[in-house]
Amino acid sequence: MSDLHALYQEVILDHSKRPHNFRVMDGATRQAQGYNPLCGDKVRLYVKLEGDRIADISFQGSGCAISTASASILTETLKGKTRAEAEALFQRFHGLVTGKAEEAGKGAELGKLAVFSGVSEFPVRVKCATLVWHTLRSALGEAKETVSTE
Amino acid sequence: MATTHDIARPATRPAFDVARVREDFPILKEKVHGKPLVYFDNAATSQKPGAVIEAERKFYLSECSNVHRGVHYLSEQATRAYEETRSKVQHFINAAEAREIVFVRGTTEAINLVASSYGRKNVAAGDEVVITAMEHHSNIVPWQILCEEKGARLRVAPINDDGELIFEEFEKLLNQRTRFVSVAHVSNALGTINPVRRIIKTAHGWNVPVLLDGAQAAPHLKVDVRDLDCDFYTISGHKIFGPTGIGVLYGKAKVLESMPPYQGGGDMISSVSFEKTTYNVIPAKFEAGTPNIAGTIGLGAAIDYMNTLGFENLAPYEHELLVYATEALSRIPGLRLIGTAKEKAAVISFVMDGLHPHDVGTVLDQEGIAVRTGHHCAQPLMDRFGVPATTRASLAFYNTFEEVDALVKGLEKVKEILG
Repeated sequence: MSDLHALYQEVILDHSKRPHNFRVMDGATRQAQGYNPLCGDKVRLYVKLEGDRIADISFQGSGCAISTASASILTETLKGKTRAEAEALFQRFHGLVTGKAEEAGKGAELGKLAVFSGVSEFPVRVKCATLVWHTLRSALGEAKETVSTE
Repeated sequence: MATTHDIARPATRPAFDVARVREDFPILKEKVHGKPLVYFDNAATSQKPGAVIEAERKFYLSECSNVHRGVHYLSEQATRAYEETRSKVQHFINAAEAREIVFVRGTTEAINLVASSYGRKNVAAGDEVVITAMEHHSNIVPWQILCEEKGARLRVAPINDDGELIFEEFEKLLNQRTRFVSVAHVSNALGTINPVRRIIKTAHGWNVPVLLDGAQAAPHLKVDVRDLDCDFYTISGHKIFGPTGIGVLYGKAKVLESMPPYQGGGDMISSVSFEKTTYNVIPAKFEAGTPNIAGTIGLGAAIDYMNTLGFENLAPYEHELLVYATEALSRIPGLRLIGTAKEKAAVISFVMDGLHPHDVGTVLDQEGIAVRTGHHCAQPLMDRFGVPATTRASLAFYNTFEEVDALVKGLEKVKEILG
């Protein structure tokens, strides 16, 4: 498979064209805005926390195929997960797309997130894949409300 | 599938031999991802002819010295080469005098210099500065900073759906409170050539000076600052086939003389004591510290090179290339051109249905084709067209019709991969 086909896998293209959980959420307990000034990608993430568990999660925004698919698959993956599980997945995902097999997040199952492995061959696109994850951390943590990849 | 074989190409261009010109640019022989480099990102920075690379190399190899300081041989030589470039720039843009040429880092620094020196002195609370909706961030933000500091107002002249300035609206913005007009000669994101002569005449009618941001004009058109009668003109050296880190601010001598210094330091003074400092005359007043000497000499070599080609030869060729590329891209289903002004330089911005420019750029890159994707440092302009970003192919005289064909093919590949 060529690098390009590895990057733009069917699953990624599907999610970019028909993103899941692409909606504004009423009654979100947390939300955050992410912005990539390099390409103008914007994402707003909505999270409904019940205790420590992500009961619901959705997003809105505009971006490239990689960032839109990443947001879509993130919301699918994290529904029902705890904050600690989400953080472990972030660490694994970050290692995956930056091409660094990190010990961090070991034990967290990537599942569908593995389709983003091709990103590691395109260093300038790493930020597209991770924007929504940084936004998630901002929504869950105490970080400032708008995150920027710059 | 879009094809280009039936688009008429001009039969002969005896005045412009692109194959020979390409020989002057070593980088054009490079391959990217195993494919011949197709460089369509000239509005971001242009490639450098061997003569420019050699001039910088020669300076560091055998001529390196500081300017305006030593009495020794090398310093004298460096000073001469540095000042010779000032004269070359003067003639390149037909300024009246060499002292009207100030060397800066680029257009961004040139505009900041004018906003901070001329602007701080002449703009007060309640005054107005006029720009247009198609400006680069570097011709927006310095004026915003000034207006915020002074309590002045930034007015923005609107553009139409083709990306042309609506002149009547611009005219209406001028009034007794207007203190400055700053506009792009050519838009970096759209390629629009602004009606700068009319703009200047109108502004002068209100006794308002005009700065032309010439970053995107100087590579494509013969600039004549006296004929235009602009008060300031700015150029980035790296966009006219010279090195990065060197640029030009032209200012009418009288205006430059009336302005306070921009930065303090060596070279910009005539005498210093702890009680009082007397500033040097122009242009030294605005050139504090050791300048980019090698870059300046490289810029001189770039201007020499441009002069040997001649705008009268390269401009018609570029125009033919633009017309051809516009026609070829227009035929691609789902592709929409952003910026369709009647008067255009060789810049083509576009969007494609359902495809984000960032993805388009990644696929094209794998084909060896370098384009710019994003907001082109013109976010308000992107908002005006309701797009987050565009893909931009910006052409230079060393580009070819075959390269345009490669771009069209590349866009077919984009559809195949991302479709």
